[in-house]
Amino acid sequence: MKILTAWLRAILPTISVSDRQLADDLTLRGIAVEGVHDLGVSPSGEMNGHLFEMDITTNRVDAMNHRGIAREIATMYALELPALEPVLPAVREAGAASAARPFSVRIDPEAEALCGRFTARVLRGVTVRPSSGEVKTFFELLGQKQISNAVDASNFTLLGMGHPTHAFDLDRIEGGIVVRLARRGEVLKLLDGTTRTLEADDLVVADEQKALGLAGVMGGWESMITPGTKNVLVEAAWFDPAAVRRSSRRHGLHTDASHRFERGADFNAAPLANDLVAELILRDGGTIDGTMVDLAVPAIEQRTAKRAAISLSVREVQRHLGTTVEDGKSEGRRGEDRTSENKKNESRQGEDRDVAGESALRSAVVEQYLTSLGCRMTAEGDGSYSVALPSWRLDLEREIDLIEEVARVFGYNRFANTLPMPLPVLRHPVEAQERAVRTRLLALGFTEAISSTFASAAEAALFAPEETSGSTGEGVALRHVAMENPLSAEATLLRPTMLPGMLAMLANNLNRDVREARLFEQGQVFLGTADDEGVGEVMETASLVLGVTSETTERTSLYSAEDAPIFELKGVIESLASLFTLAGGAESLRFSSEKVPAWMEAGRGGIALLHNRPLAVFGELSRTEQAARKLRQPVYLATIAISELLTLPLQVHTAREISRFQAVERDLSFLFPDTTKWHTIAATIEALALPELERLLPLEIFRDPKGKAIAVGQHSLLFRLVFHSATRTLTDSDLVEASRRVTEALTAMGGVQRMPGS
Amino acid sequence: MTPEIPHLPSYEDPALDAAFEALHGEVATRSARITTLEERETFRLDWLGRKQGRLKLIGDAWLKAAPAEARRALGLRFNQLKQAVDAALERKVPDGSASRSVASAVPKASLDLSLPGLVRRPGTPHPLLETMHAMVKVFGDLGYSVNLGPQVETDFYNFEALNFPPNHPARDTQDTLLLANQSGKAARDRLLMRTHTSPVQIRTMVANDPPLRIVIPGKVHRNDAADATHSPIFHQIEGLAVGPEITFSDLKGTLDHAMKAMFGADVRTRFFPSFFPFTEPSADVQISCIFCGGAGCRKCKHSGWIELLGCGMVDPAVFAAVTDERRRQGRDPEVYDPRRVSGFAFGMGVERIAMIRHGVADIGQFYSGDLRFLEQFG
Ligand SMILES: [Zn+2]
Repeated sequence: MKILTAWLRAILPTISVSDRQLADDLTLRGIAVEGVHDLGVSPSGEMNGHLFEMDITTNRVDAMNHRGIAREIATMYALELPALEPVLPAVREAGAASAARPFSVRIDPEAEALCGRFTARVLRGVTVRPSSGEVKTFFELLGQKQISNAVDASNFTLLGMGHPTHAFDLDRIEGGIVVRLARRGEVLKLLDGTTRTLEADDLVVADEQKALGLAGVMGGWESMITPGTKNVLVEAAWFDPAAVRRSSRRHGLHTDASHRFERGADFNAAPLANDLVAELILRDGGTIDGTMVDLAVPAIEQRTAKRAAISLSVREVQRHLGTTVEDGKSEGRRGEDRTSENKKNESRQGEDRDVAGESALRSAVVEQYLTSLGCRMTAEGDGSYSVALPSWRLDLEREIDLIEEVARVFGYNRFANTLPMPLPVLRHPVEAQERAVRTRLLALGFTEAISSTFASAAEAALFAPEETSGSTGEGVALRHVAMENPLSAEATLLRPTMLPGMLAMLANNLNRDVREARLFEQGQVFLGTADDEGVGEVMETASLVLGVTSETTERTSLYSAEDAPIFELKGVIESLASLFTLAGGAESLRFSSEKVPAWMEAGRGGIALLHNRPLAVFGELSRTEQAARKLRQPVYLATIAISELLTLPLQVHTAREISRFQAVERDLSFLFPDTTKWHTIAATIEALALPELERLLPLEIFRDPKGKAIAVGQHSLLFRLVFHSATRTLTDSDLVEASRRVTEALTAMGGVQRMPGS
Repeated sequence: MTPEIPHLPSYEDPALDAAFEALHGEVATRSARITTLEERETFRLDWLGRKQGRLKLIGDAWLKAAPAEARRALGLRFNQLKQAVDAALERKVPDGSASRSVASAVPKASLDLSLPGLVRRPGTPHPLLETMHAMVKVFGDLGYSVNLGPQVETDFYNFEALNFPPNHPARDTQDTLLLANQSGKAARDRLLMRTHTSPVQIRTMVANDPPLRIVIPGKVHRNDAADATHSPIFHQIEGLAVGPEITFSDLKGTLDHAMKAMFGADVRTRFFPSFFPFTEPSADVQISCIFCGGAGCRKCKHSGWIELLGCGMVDPAVFAAVTDERRRQGRDPEVYDPRRVSGFAFGMGVERIAMIRHGVADIGQFYSGDLRFLEQFG
């Protein structure tokens, strides 16, 4: 909305600040001036002032005009806002008949709830011509289209004081005016030249024969003012916000009038607006015929202009708003930041004083602000008031609304910066666990990422098929959760797994030639219970997903280059589990290569089980999927049911005594068939319960694809036994005995010992 | 081997020099023969052994007989000899095949320190979540506890209890992502993606008695078209303080402090009247531009100020909704009587703050997983 400072100064000649200061002061009081444009100098050498580009919040429809802004300015600077007093010529006496028979207006009983007030005045012998005077001047400065004095008068009134009006060519009206609901299918040609077919709940202003205009939205073509118009009917009414919004939306007509009515116009402004329009038209000739018709629906007046006064206590103002920088005299000594506690102590010390007297927000200040905004304040003693509300401020309904007005006019930045009493901080149950997981993943070289909360049905079916979704504690099957209005065809479901998001991110990287990626995302996954009616409840579960793709993994003594990422994921899972106190210790976590999901390449991954419940699935994406997605190198994924861990206490480690005797090592090498897994070998050695065996670790696995050094289907395994005694230095003979027992046990299970160097 | 103690004819400098030169020669000859770790260990014990080491034995013998004025000269020379033994021990034991002289004389110029350092790269924390954690910490230091809530919310918690009127545009499918198949439910129970973290305010008040100081970080969703500054997925941080004497000036002081803690002590704040359904009075908060200090620059569109958050005093209608819900759930409903408590709430977009902090131009980069982007923040 555009506002002229020249117009503001015409309404309020006592403004003493510059236009720019005015813009700043208004903005800080919630009447936002978004742009200030210098309008230069007029041909006659006068300063044109500035044009303000305003951004008024929708609840302040009363401020969407020059007078509304002037009222804010008057309140802000404690100026007197002169009353609007249109001067109209005397009613023509000749028409005794007219006086006896005023122009006929009626509001259909069905329409009474939608038309609260209707004023109409007949002007005869008018001259339709271009506008002059301030209408012409201000419209030119605003860039407002000028049509004719009669039409411009209506627009000028709207821009000036905010109330929409309409001027009809009286001679096109057949009989009197009827405000009624449209007949379904009724056709009306509007001022914009379009023809509309109406619905039964469109409100129209009509004559005895036909609809003349869409009430509160736009006038009709047929009765519009033309250069030949001689007699005019001026309408100023109050229409129901919801009815106007309905018609405006239905017909796609957003007009200045509908904008005002939709947000609640001023019930009492109608007759004044009618006077103002008449005054402007009559400047160019013509007379008033008869008294103005003014129909008001009492029920609507009751809930708008005559709504009940509300009570306001200055104590409440201070209780909500607190301390201002101008409060008391001790401010400077104490510094700016004071806690509530300080304030409380001060008020306690001064209990016998009038609390209101200490605050800059004294009764007198509150009274002045609200009175200036149009409230009528009746003091009820002890800093309390009964406040009658202005008819143009339907947004004011409660005491808190008035408190807000006081804060706004006073200026938010004149309040002090105080701090409330701090309270002891309670840690969120899983905060520490989540942080530990995140810190560990970062340390392990995984970069944190965030992906979409949604998934396509196809991705969900591949990565988290509904059959594997499980059920609630009550045995209700869990299903995928669909969106009513998905963001896109790829986002029709709430993600039941984070794997697709991770895969998309890895693919993104590969497509941009980033071939080395380690990512993780911690987030929520969603499943729902469906009943006959649709989705019942949605379960949100914390989940963790890892993604690895690498072109530089090298074979190590233990892992082939292709297997290394799988073992890296296994290592991460073990490392994360080690953060938590697991009932049953590290033994409660085990790994299995059975029942791997469809997205995984067969034999290229596995699942981790914690207390025999699935904790993680990890492995290489199937070659089919890799090819389908045109990924240039293998990608490895892990999804971890981190919620299983987050509820566990973090591990608190207890120090154990480190032996002051030296540990001794013995490396052994065996040939095994490939069917013999490390797990079995380790279990066999552990079963020997060798005294002082501290650690057992695999060092090297060797296969010869050509079958020369080692037959195909066999591998050599080099492992290390570390012995450590808390009480003595171990001797060679201790190791000889241990080696002998290990060799014997491994030979018994099919191993063949190899000598060093062989 | 019985260690041999060489004869020292005199404690005059020339005699000392000659004797020590011989010992240095012996160290050099013997250390040059070392080819295995075992040999090195023998060498070490031979010279430095605590009881039978040659240095110990010779030292004991020569020092015992030395006149007081010669002790200093003797000590100095023993130190030099010990350094020679140590240096011999530090030399790399060469492979059997390698030439011995090469191993002991690596030219110093071969270390090119201008090559990049060798580092095990840790992962990079996400700039958005780092910003979120930093903000949460600022409020944690002010006595705010973290609370979280679900991303799938009911209409009641997301809108109704927060005083959104039934026809408010935010409730429209144009703005809010709704879950499918909800028509069979009562309006207040219909599920949607929360559009802000504010429902956690309600959940917290329904479940807990005042006083409260909570900070709510979280992911939220709106049915927005994605562009450089908008994303349908984004993050918010919300704060709520409720108690018997919480005031608007407390709100001002809290946010002024928080912005200084976050962006530096020089930052100033400015409050403007605004409108939100769930607060009254409501305010928008600007901070003085962190790039130009308020003088005006391109980043702040030459205004000197950056708009950062919305806030206000908890609307009594919100307390009323909390009270109703507490009554429904059988909790003491009186404790949130707006005549007895007041509160303030504030909320800010994490993306916007992170974009300002890190100079990120496209919000979409936060959700791309693009390592070229993410690794910049490590
Ligand atoms: Zn700047």
